[in-house]
Amino acid sequence: MGIELDFPAVLERWPNFLGGAILTLELAFFATVLGAFLGTLAAVGRRSHSLLIARTCKVYVEAIRNTPLLVQIFLVYFGLASIGLKLSAFTVAVAALTINVGAYTAEIMRAGFDAIPRGQLEAAEGLALSRLQIYWHIILLPAVERVYPALTSQFVLLMLASSVCSQISAEELTAVANYIQSDTYRAFETYIIIAVLYIFLSLVMRAGFWGLGFVLFPRRRRLGTPL
Amino acid sequence: MQQDTPATSIVSLRDVQKSFGSLKVLDGVSFAVERGEVLAIIGRSGSGKSTALRCIDRFERVDHGEIVVCGHRVDSPDVDLRALRQDVGIVFQSYNLFPHLTIEQNITLAPCSVKRMALSQAKELARKVLAQVGLEEKLHAYPEQLSGGQQQRAAIARSLAMQPKVMLFDEVTSALDPELTAEVQRVIERLAAEGMTMVMVTHEMGFAKSIADRIVFMHRGKVHETGPASILTSPTTPELAQFVGTGDLKS
Ligand SMILES: Nc1ncnc2c1ncn2[C@@H]1O[C@H](COP(=O)(O)OP(=O)(O)OP(=O)(O)O)[C@@H](O)[C@H]1O
Ligand SMILES: [Mg+2]
Repeated sequence: MGIELDFPAVLERWPNFLGGAILTLELAFFATVLGAFLGTLAAVGRRSHSLLIARTCKVYVEAIRNTPLLVQIFLVYFGLASIGLKLSAFTVAVAALTINVGAYTAEIMRAGFDAIPRGQLEAAEGLALSRLQIYWHIILLPAVERVYPALTSQFVLLMLASSVCSQISAEELTAVANYIQSDTYRAFETYIIIAVLYIFLSLVMRAGFWGLGFVLFPRRRRLGTPL
Repeated sequence: MQQDTPATSIVSLRDVQKSFGSLKVLDGVSFAVERGEVLAIIGRSGSGKSTALRCIDRFERVDHGEIVVCGHRVDSPDVDLRALRQDVGIVFQSYNLFPHLTIEQNITLAPCSVKRMALSQAKELARKVLAQVGLEEKLHAYPEQLSGGQQQRAAIARSLAMQPKVMLFDEVTSALDPELTAEVQRVIERLAAEGMTMVMVTHEMGFAKSIADRIVFMHRGKVHETGPASILTSPTTPELAQFVGTGDLKS
């Protein structure tokens, strides 16, 4: 019994695949940007002098890291619906993915913050910089530089994990595959194609992060040494 | 022990006490530094020298006593920390340059963000203070491209750019070999000659003797002996005599 593969039958649906891939990339983009912001805030919050803020951030991070993404998506989806907010599947997906990746970002950024030598913070305080200025000028970029590989891997993982958003019928790549395979009865071919597309999207993201790192870390660009 | 400090004092400590847990590190420390004066704090490891210095810039809070620095009541809970630190420059043993910034950026950061100086003006200032420490050519280098002595001189330049009224040095040459020590010491000597008020913790007895107007010898959290640099050659307390004895052996 040989395997018969009929790619042309599936590939003629390429506009759908393309649309799904673009939507997946958009999901990943918005969730990455917003999640990086949220996660950084949460990491800062965990270092807050206010116990309430620090605890709240810790509970958020732990709650997210110990529940499945799909459950989080449903919670946001049905939670927003139950308070009467009718948002598009795309918006819900971005919100849920942001909340999810924000928690992982917070944990990674916390490690980055902890890696800043105490003496540099004292030097900055000695120069009369404010707390906010110290975060902005002294802590943030070196922390990001130190954890950049972990951070970018997390965002690529997020893009791949966004496939579960098909469950709330966001029209991303996996959702597209699901309906193409039920139209064409060519499941294997369909999933091979989206697997290849996911690999391609990962490469696109990694290239993007490489370029961003090039802009963000001029010292590394010039010297090539780790911080 | 207690003396009235004249109103002109840049730094004055009066009966300062400080404990870490049950360990009393400062046990009634008093001294004053006048404008243009160079004060060297010496003493055994653990005698409280760094702690005393750090109290001046409010890196440690005192438990008791009064500290006035350039008119700021440092011991008060509502001292304006950022105003205090604009008047005080501090340089540490471990340089603590910001590794992701060039030397120029290290220097311009505080003037630009704290004093809201225009970048072009701050860059000019950076050139000036780097010339003061003999490092003009390192303007665009990153800290890791500099030797230890150069990094320490850059750190001094970074402090000078804030135009402090007093500079604090905590064993700024301890991490350096003799040659690099000498180049940092020359920079400090020049600052002294220009009239900068300075408080320095140092293990280099020869340097203390040559540069300090006054010596504070700390022993077990107290100012055990104080006086002009000549006390190093003719100490009155046996503790200082013993200390300079061993100190000389070390250097
Ligand atoms: N943050 C701290 N917490 C607890 N103990 C501390 C702290 N800072 C200093 N100490 C202790 O206080 C004592 C005095 O420390 P300090 O650093 O002032 O000494 P020092 O005279 O500067 O010594 P050295 O010559 O080794 O630098 C030491 O026993 C030290 O272990
Ligand atoms: Mg010390």
